[in-house]
Amino acid sequence: MRSVLIWAAVAAALLVPVVAAARSPLLAWRDSFYIAAGFAGVVALGLLLLQPLLAGGYLPGVRIRLGRRLHAWVGAGLVLAVVAHVAALWVTSPPDVVDALLFRSPTPFSAWGVVAMWAVFASALLGALRGRLRLRLIVWRLCHVSLAVVIVVGSVVHAMLIDGTMEIVSKVVLSALVLAAVAKVVVDLRLLAGLRRMAWRSGR
Amino acid sequence: MTHALKARRTLLTAAAATAAAGLITPLRAQGLAPTPTMRGGANNYLAGAPVVQRIGGGGFWMTGTVRRAGDGAPLPRIRIQIWAHTTEGHERDPHSHGATLTDANGVFRMEMPQIVPAFGQAHGHLAYDAAYDENGFATVFLRPVMRSARDRSLSADFVLQRA
Repeated sequence: MRSVLIWAAVAAALLVPVVAAARSPLLAWRDSFYIAAGFAGVVALGLLLLQPLLAGGYLPGVRIRLGRRLHAWVGAGLVLAVVAHVAALWVTSPPDVVDALLFRSPTPFSAWGVVAMWAVFASALLGALRGRLRLRLIVWRLCHVSLAVVIVVGSVVHAMLIDGTMEIVSKVVLSALVLAAVAKVVVDLRLLAGLRRMAWRSGR
Repeated sequence: MTHALKARRTLLTAAAATAAAGLITPLRAQGLAPTPTMRGGANNYLAGAPVVQRIGGGGFWMTGTVRRAGDGAPLPRIRIQIWAHTTEGHERDPHSHGATLTDANGVFRMEMPQIVPAFGQAHGHLAYDAAYDENGFATVFLRPVMRSARDRSLSADFVLQRA
């Protein structure tokens, strides 16, 4: 029963914002590329909720091993969603996207989004190269989680400052859930305890 | 009806502001600074948009004043180009663009379709482009943001300096 409720809540958290955005009056005045750009952004924010849930093994029925593999696939999906978001915005208005990428946009939310975008790419790269990098687990984790925090904070601020197709209540709820999920996984990973242990060992 | 009254009130306010500015500026000793170009102001600009009575179906007002840097004298017959993402088209669409001239008091008013939020903000674009005006001032691009996406008008003021 508990697991059904958790899955239903996660499904609702992912689907409701998409359905609500599909009812936005702004869609009537946008072409298909611009509409696709908006939905890619909404989907990306939804995937940001799945990531900490999968990494932390919080979803009932998904063991940590399977969770980590799904985490990698969802991460790849997140990269694709971000690329689609930026590319479709570029088709809609090239100069606005160039301004955003060069950090000279008049809109404050652009810089938050661009920083989050680079953190998504870096985080995905770190995940893909995990075997080859031969970093200590604690170091690798610290890098990956730091990037995840930058991604989540950047994306939430980016989304909240935008007057776009997302409906406001679903946007606030999804953003809060994403922040809460990443906070929980950061606490549960006990990174600080690991760091302290590492410092103690190297100091001996 | 209320809309007409509102537009009239805006016009009266603009006229009063212009008159007040005209009275005050001589006391301020040549101090009026030129308006700088805003970030992103020139985005999706199409040079040489034609002078039109209104852009598309109308229903929304873009208003403003044009004055001379230094003494603040209102500038008549200045060509101002206007474009925005509206209910009738994207910023880059040629039919979203139009130009108008200031009147004897340096005031311009352009009727255009309702501006809707695009790229995260409901905003408009205005240009004074030296290449399309014979008065010899330096080019300025503005990008004013609407306080609310439900506003039915937006205003932007230019203070131009000699090129």
